[in-house]
Amino acid sequence: MPTPESSPPRRGIRAAFYLTLFALIAAVLLSTVERLTGQRITDNELAERLAALSAVLPGDQYDNQPHLDRIYVRNAELLGSDEALPVYRARNGEQPVAAVLTAVAPNGFSGEIRLLIAIDAGGEVAGVRVIEHRETPGLGDAIEADKSNWIESFTGLDGSSLATNPLAREWILDRDGGRFDHITSATVTSRAVVKAVRNAVIYFDLNREKIFTIPAAAQDEGPER
Amino acid sequence: MSDRPDYTEIFRSGLWQENPGLVQLLGLCPLLAVSNTLINGLGLGIATIFVICATNVLVSATRQWTHHDLRLPTFVLVIATFVTIVELLFKAFAFNLHLALGIFIPLIVTNCVILGRAEAFASRQPPLAALVDGLAHGIGFAAVLVLLGGVREIIGRGSLFAGAEMLFGPASASLALRFSNEPVGFLLAVLPPGAFIGLALFIALRNYLAKRQQR
Repeated sequence: MPTPESSPPRRGIRAAFYLTLFALIAAVLLSTVERLTGQRITDNELAERLAALSAVLPGDQYDNQPHLDRIYVRNAELLGSDEALPVYRARNGEQPVAAVLTAVAPNGFSGEIRLLIAIDAGGEVAGVRVIEHRETPGLGDAIEADKSNWIESFTGLDGSSLATNPLAREWILDRDGGRFDHITSATVTSRAVVKAVRNAVIYFDLNREKIFTIPAAAQDEGPER
Repeated sequence: MSDRPDYTEIFRSGLWQENPGLVQLLGLCPLLAVSNTLINGLGLGIATIFVICATNVLVSATRQWTHHDLRLPTFVLVIATFVTIVELLFKAFAFNLHLALGIFIPLIVTNCVILGRAEAFASRQPPLAALVDGLAHGIGFAAVLVLLGGVREIIGRGSLFAGAEMLFGPASASLALRFSNEPVGFLLAVLPPGAFIGLALFIALRNYLAKRQQR
């Protein structure tokens, strides 16, 4: 440590100088590493999103790139969050094939559950995947596709009349008098996810036109999640 | 030179006598949260080793120029820089592990082991000694992460090395062992209380072994 021979103001100025020097070196170091890794990171994040989307979309029925054809929508009541959430559109030429909505179940057992919900142009659910959650391991985490196939129970459900008939029995948990199977010992989690998917399908029903006709957001535009 | 640091002693101290996880009880937050599988523990352990060593060496090399009254902000600046570098490297080269570890990679900044070693050792010792000290404490911490993670994984999930491909590449997926076909074993082991109990048992074991060594 330097011996304090100089006066306090001098020491202060010298200290500030060295700290600033450290900060500048840190900034250079960080920006270099960022530049070197940037492309790989972008590629990884893209691959991640593609994998999630292709897990829910019917593979061979569209010919565009849904991860590039996206818009952002906001609907706190039906999509579960007041964030602007991405909707990805799958098309075959000009024809809309399906839309993948991002929705949030705000009342999971341990917090928010984030979902990707693919709905085809006819209003039928093509697939649902959980992309983020904090549910209990061994109980609520059965909503993950690799833990159990409960999440597949949504595939094929017809939601086209949900907007006019929101209390349809297929969309209500058996515990609440409906016909949808709940996960053993994870009623709260099941209920939250079923409700979120149901609301997302209703949103799709009410906004189908808009969803497929709004022009796509620019590549780097829009809030990320 | 008679005052050359005793590297063996430094190394043994960080690994055993002053093990961060079992003796000093520092860095418990990531230790308890990330030790649910062996691979997760190993991933965070490697990240921590990198940060401790890099920080120790840089702090030691620049110890003549660090102002005494500003040393803590300087150390934190150095630590935060290296943690950010580690996070970028994980995102680029081990993306799935980055997703699995989540917020605990940036939280390495708050790991008291690193700031503690910078202040107590690296700022007063030459770079090579600081490096050895960093390696010792880092490996000591990582060892506890790996052991605790392994035990919790075996008991709580019935597997070992699950997720190895996140760290070692696709070929290593075959390393994963499955001891039971149940998705969940003894549930407590993968929940927070299990982490505390597991750590306590390890501390007790370590103390017992140390006492026996003394006799």
